[in-house]
Amino acid sequence: MSTTLLLIQLLNGLQFGVLLFLIAAGLTLVFGVMGFINLAHGVQYMIGAYLTVAFAELTGNFFGALALALPTALLLGLALEFLIFRHLYDRDHLDQVLATFGVILFVNEAVKVIWGPSPLIVELPEALSATFQITEGLLYPVYRIVLIGVGLVVAAILWLVVQRTRVGMLIRAGATNPEIVSALGVDIRRLFTIVFGFGAMLAGFAGALAAPIFSVEPNMGDDLLIVAFVVIIIGGIGSIRGAFIAAVLVGLVDTLGRSVVTDAMRLVFDASAANQIGPALASMLVYVFMAGVLFFRPTGLFPARGSA
Amino acid sequence: MEGGKGAGGSAALGFGLLVALALVPLLSQVWGGTYLTSLVMQAMILAIAAIALDILIGHAGLVSFGHAAFVGLGAYVTGIAITEGLTDGMAILALVVLASAAFAAVTGAISLRTSGVYFIMITLAFGQMLFFAFGALAQYGGDDGMTLWETSTLFGTDALQAGGGLFWVVLATLALVWGFVGRLAVSRFGRVLRAAKEAPVRVACMGFSVFRFRLVAYVVAGVIAGVAGFLLAHQAEFVSPAAAAWQRSGDLIIMVVLGGMGTRNGPLLGALVFLGVEVTLSHLLEAWRLVFGPLLILVVLFARGGLAGGLDWAVDRWRTRVQARA
Repeated sequence: MSTTLLLIQLLNGLQFGVLLFLIAAGLTLVFGVMGFINLAHGVQYMIGAYLTVAFAELTGNFFGALALALPTALLLGLALEFLIFRHLYDRDHLDQVLATFGVILFVNEAVKVIWGPSPLIVELPEALSATFQITEGLLYPVYRIVLIGVGLVVAAILWLVVQRTRVGMLIRAGATNPEIVSALGVDIRRLFTIVFGFGAMLAGFAGALAAPIFSVEPNMGDDLLIVAFVVIIIGGIGSIRGAFIAAVLVGLVDTLGRSVVTDAMRLVFDASAANQIGPALASMLVYVFMAGVLFFRPTGLFPARGSA
Repeated sequence: MEGGKGAGGSAALGFGLLVALALVPLLSQVWGGTYLTSLVMQAMILAIAAIALDILIGHAGLVSFGHAAFVGLGAYVTGIAITEGLTDGMAILALVVLASAAFAAVTGAISLRTSGVYFIMITLAFGQMLFFAFGALAQYGGDDGMTLWETSTLFGTDALQAGGGLFWVVLATLALVWGFVGRLAVSRFGRVLRAAKEAPVRVACMGFSVFRFRLVAYVVAGVIAGVAGFLLAHQAEFVSPAAAAWQRSGDLIIMVVLGGMGTRNGPLLGALVFLGVEVTLSHLLEAWRLVFGPLLILVVLFARGGLAGGLDWAVDRWRTRVQARA
């Protein structure tokens, strides 16, 4: 594989990792603070993408759509929390899994009814639809570079908020020992509502960013949700730093794996066998990576909870 | 739940259900035709997988969210074997058992190093791993799956063909699994599993290796689900990655929980009711999940204990009333 191709794959992997981080961040904090497993988090990502499509048609402008989609995603997340999730915090994980599974079934079907089952497309704004020359003969879309940049900036802001502000301190304390934080007079439920709302908005933001490059369709959040689970398992549940590092690692392993594995297989097997085994193996690589990490560190790379 | 009935659930209810299922081919002569028999066959196959999952959820307290992957694995091993020209049913079954036991042993050994939510997510991830691997098998239909133009034979007979004796093979397997899990629940093995669910540290202190007991349970549940996949491939004469999709794993959990955890009648009842509700709702409304999703949420929030628990309770009440009158 040439250096140019490798560089492109690295950028693609980084971009996938950044998207994964935006989804995993909310998931890991929500679980870290309240011990709540939310399968419906992928739905927030899908809602973000669909809202961007809808508002882009309304305003005719991608940035306008983004500005409207984010608060709407936040409100929808808060509404779900208020109506359903709030009543599940004290239940066991099995009840949480079942109820949030019900939310997925409902929202996926509702999206299908409202927008139809076929994939939708969002036009990129003029300013971002150009390509960018990185080196001789290597053109890369500006939008994807911007996406990576925005993702890194959001990650930095999130890290600052969690590490350097009072709310962040409470979140970290809540992830370590929620009972004690509550006993110290902090309204942990309100804290959780805040965390949940912003987590939902971040996932919606990821969906909005992904809308112009991936197809916007029902169930688009489901597969990504499971990869986001893999990310927070590898990173250690409740840890923002772990989620970031794991998201980038998973993004790179998945993207590079898909281009490298088949070639690597050719070294061992003949070409036709390699072409058959390669893709199957490549799609399993992320999970094998997860299994490998767990084998050595059962609670992930950066476990936040004292006892998980 | 404790006492005479043990964790097995009332045997009378289970027998009644199995006898009712045996009458379905007769009923289909009058009403429903082959649609009814194939629907009930599907429900029974799902019930086999759900009873297996209940070993993990109900008895061992392990919420596995990747159980449909074993059904998919069983179906794919069957489909690939038949496509490659192997048509001896028993040989294929042996392959299915080997493959699902091996996959369960490896993924179980890794997943069981963790617990709680980690376990849920990891089993989900391993299930998804198989789902994508099946979709990448381009020579076996890829994402679209493969149609089986012929099915296997059982000792040279057509017992494994949907038009032949498959209904009875499925029913017999279901009865066998139902009986086996009932025995398992009251055995020493089942008691250790349930004790480890309540207090793993105490059980470990008594000298049991909790990990080993759980791993054996995981492998047993995986193999039974693999056999369900073997039957599913014969029933549908079609194999696709959709059988291993994580939504199917969610469906199986719903069957176990709605039916009643830790009661072998529960998953059986849950599977029958689940498919019944799905078929009825989807006939009434194309977007039936708009109703089913909220229904599921409401059941989780307000109704607990499951159908089997409710039925057992109703039977007990009826009995005491009859006795009081006598």
